[in-house]
Amino acid sequence: MLQEKLQDVFNEPGCSTNQAKSEKERKKGCSKALKPGAAAGGCAYDGAMIALQPIADAAHLVHGPIACLGNSWDNRGTKSSGPQLYRTGFTTDMSELDIIHGGEKKLYKAIKEIVQQYDPPAVFVYQTCVPAMIGDDIEAVCKFAAKKLGKPVIPVMAPGFVGSKNLGNKLAGETLLDHVIGTVEPEVTTPTDICIVGEYNLAGELWLVKPLLDEIGIRILSCISGDGRYNEVAQAHRARLTMVVCSQALVNVGRKMQERWGIPYFEGSFYGVSDMSDTLRTMARMLVERGADKAIIDRTEGVIAREESRVWRRLEPYKPRFDGKRVLLFTGGVKSWSMVTALEGAGLTIVGTSTKKSTKEDKERIKKMKGEEFHQWDDLKPRDIYKMLRDSEADIMMSGGRSQFIALKAKVPWLDLNQERHTPYAGYDGIVNLCEEIDKTLSNPIWRQVRLAAPWESKPDSRPVGA
Amino acid sequence: MGTIQRFPHSAKAASTNPLKMSQPLGAALAFLGVDRCMPLFHGSQGCTAFGLVLLVRHFREAIPLQTTAMDQVSTILGGYENLEQAVRTIHERNAPALIGVATTGVTETKGEDMAGQYSLFRQRNPALAGLKLVFANTPDFSGGFEDGFSAAVTGIVEEVVQPSETTVKGQINVLAGCHLSPGDVEELRDIIESFGLSPIFLPDLSLSMSGRQPDDFTATSLGGVTVEQIAAMGASEATLVIGEHMRVAAAALELKTDVRSVFFDRLTGLEASDRLVRTLSELSGRPVPAKLRRQRETLVDAMLDGHFFYSRKRIAVALEPDLLYAVTSFLSDMGAEVIAAVSPTQTAVLEKLKAATVMVGDHSDVETLARDADLIVSNSHGRQGAARIGVPLHRMGLPMFDRLGAGLKVHVGYRGTRELLFEIGNLFLSREMDHDEHGHGHAHGHGDGHEHGQHCGSGSCGCSAG
Repeated sequence: MLQEKLQDVFNEPGCSTNQAKSEKERKKGCSKALKPGAAAGGCAYDGAMIALQPIADAAHLVHGPIACLGNSWDNRGTKSSGPQLYRTGFTTDMSELDIIHGGEKKLYKAIKEIVQQYDPPAVFVYQTCVPAMIGDDIEAVCKFAAKKLGKPVIPVMAPGFVGSKNLGNKLAGETLLDHVIGTVEPEVTTPTDICIVGEYNLAGELWLVKPLLDEIGIRILSCISGDGRYNEVAQAHRARLTMVVCSQALVNVGRKMQERWGIPYFEGSFYGVSDMSDTLRTMARMLVERGADKAIIDRTEGVIAREESRVWRRLEPYKPRFDGKRVLLFTGGVKSWSMVTALEGAGLTIVGTSTKKSTKEDKERIKKMKGEEFHQWDDLKPRDIYKMLRDSEADIMMSGGRSQFIALKAKVPWLDLNQERHTPYAGYDGIVNLCEEIDKTLSNPIWRQVRLAAPWESKPDSRPVGA
Repeated sequence: MGTIQRFPHSAKAASTNPLKMSQPLGAALAFLGVDRCMPLFHGSQGCTAFGLVLLVRHFREAIPLQTTAMDQVSTILGGYENLEQAVRTIHERNAPALIGVATTGVTETKGEDMAGQYSLFRQRNPALAGLKLVFANTPDFSGGFEDGFSAAVTGIVEEVVQPSETTVKGQINVLAGCHLSPGDVEELRDIIESFGLSPIFLPDLSLSMSGRQPDDFTATSLGGVTVEQIAAMGASEATLVIGEHMRVAAAALELKTDVRSVFFDRLTGLEASDRLVRTLSELSGRPVPAKLRRQRETLVDAMLDGHFFYSRKRIAVALEPDLLYAVTSFLSDMGAEVIAAVSPTQTAVLEKLKAATVMVGDHSDVETLARDADLIVSNSHGRQGAARIGVPLHRMGLPMFDRLGAGLKVHVGYRGTRELLFEIGNLFLSREMDHDEHGHGHAHGHGDGHEHGQHCGSGSCGCSAG
């Protein structure tokens, strides 16, 4: 069953990278084979949790030994404007006896407890490696529990060892398609209802975008899954248009919603000024094509004109401060690339990027944008990054939290671009936030001090201290 | 685990807001206290990723931690090849002095024969004979953080320590349990060295996890006790064993080396510190240095000044067992009432706890038990529940991701006890002052504000939940 599902997600007509592969290559899946002893990154369960946990009013129950939840809960900055149940960590905490006797009864009991005590609109149950190995049939348990307790109980079949975080995202999407989307009808629909897929409201990013949509007159019928509500997600099939945000991960949801309910989708991004404007424009145009009032196009252009002029005006003061400052981007995702134009617009120079997670097409795209001279590193070892920073080849590194200490230990400014950050970077205001963060850290007076020689050392750090 | 089953387990099937962390994570921390070490989880890559993030958030340090990246096929067919490949890759890339392998739920459920795999690896890789390799059985589905830490330390003792015919005068071993922060270990070193003794700590987190500034990039742990020092532990005069969960490692060490052990169940509190100082004075044959005498005096003074605020305070404590024991004992020493002591796992030390309720449970149990408490002492995960019931939280233990300097907190010896006494005492004191200033009708807004991620600014309401 799970194997069929895996082959299904490995064949993704909506993904150009995937379609460019041969049949055989496709079967191997999207993620590169992991090298034991030199691998990094989360597992499929991690990815599934990332994609679904932002559904704020649902209970999220992890069926497995303590490691899967106990070591990981409460570590993401996805925000909710209302219910907080998603922040509660539930696990069956399987013991040795559960493994010997099977964990199905305990799982049912756990679901029942949660329903009785918290009365959530739904319970998501996450499969993990150990119960998958001993053959706990969580799909059957969920079905039984749903019938008995009169509530949707949804099995999320993405045990860690099936693959990477990205695969887990996809499997979470499949879960929603199989069990959730289309199960609830909205009370009212409007011609401008949209569904946003792959936006997790990290640091409240969605709230930088939503006011603009409100102003234009576009309604977010459901967001998968930032600041999400179970019933809203279940109504997604009545949207007029789907926007797929993190395209690599959840394009399967957009495509299948189109197949099943005829909802067109587009891939867009909220990061960066021009991408943001493009997204708003596409949204309005496609809604009008589906019969929405033409007036929203004018309203959209009005908002874009106002916001763009405002954002460039607000970025102006940073220009002289950023002049000559060089940024090393060290992120896998293409999404950061939509920020690049905006950063360059604010006067920064991007010196290079890692392309470990990028596809061949991405690399071509980057080459086209930046020219042949631009550095792209496929497998840059931490030691090499450290050396580059130490040798002052960049003034600031922007990356995920995992690599922050490479920069900090080299005594070079660093900025978090990933899920642990506390500042929202989406939308027009987000780009200003980002520049403000860069400026704050670049101009902090500690950089000169921490590079000073200790009283007992004769040789000071030789780097210029203008940062 | 061969422990007593006296204290009630929470009867729930769904552990809610877990206090427990898994065994491999504890093992990783122990390995991180060895210089030039690379801990390696034998399991799926997610096992490593979660552990890594948790330790990074706590220590704010780069954490070396690798994975054998087991997938479905290798899980079913057996993980030896992944293990061998991982060890060889790590050796080629990073040339560590020691690789510490911890099993996980995945490999333990399959029933990988680690002893067999060890022999097979040695047989097939004679060129790597110089590489120290420690295997620890740390299944996710039994025991917890402390047990994993203990298993790793025991493994290191068995693999690395050498018996010695001679004794080095003044050299003593310290088996430092995971309830000691890097800051605690540093403090202990200070105290021990002030008697002219030279300690070898196993593990030594003070040298690796307290904020190093390396000259070059290292992918392995930087600092910590060296493999050579561990090997030389057999030549020590005595071993100080800190914490109940270090007993197994202590027994292994004694069996191997005949170095006698002196056991300390805790080092927080006046009498506990006195015992340490007396022992060190006897071992070294030296009088207690003036510095420690002054520190004792100030601790006594702090107790006199502080006891007003502690008397009959109702406190709930939820921490790893040995830290739970140290903290609850200290609080009772100060005249507070521990109304609830919650441990993530069953262990022998729970027998000794002085608390109205002792249970094995999670943060939601704390939330229930602490409703009319004056204070909760727990890790950062306790903040959500504490905010919901409007009880201030004092953070201790791991993970502590919403405070700077989590790894450098000190609560051992006269000085550390004094620090802890002031920190908790000040929470009570500021609350009382606030009440005096606002009048008694003032309701504290501990509830909703925090839920929505708003910080309470100065924390002057005595609330440290954020």
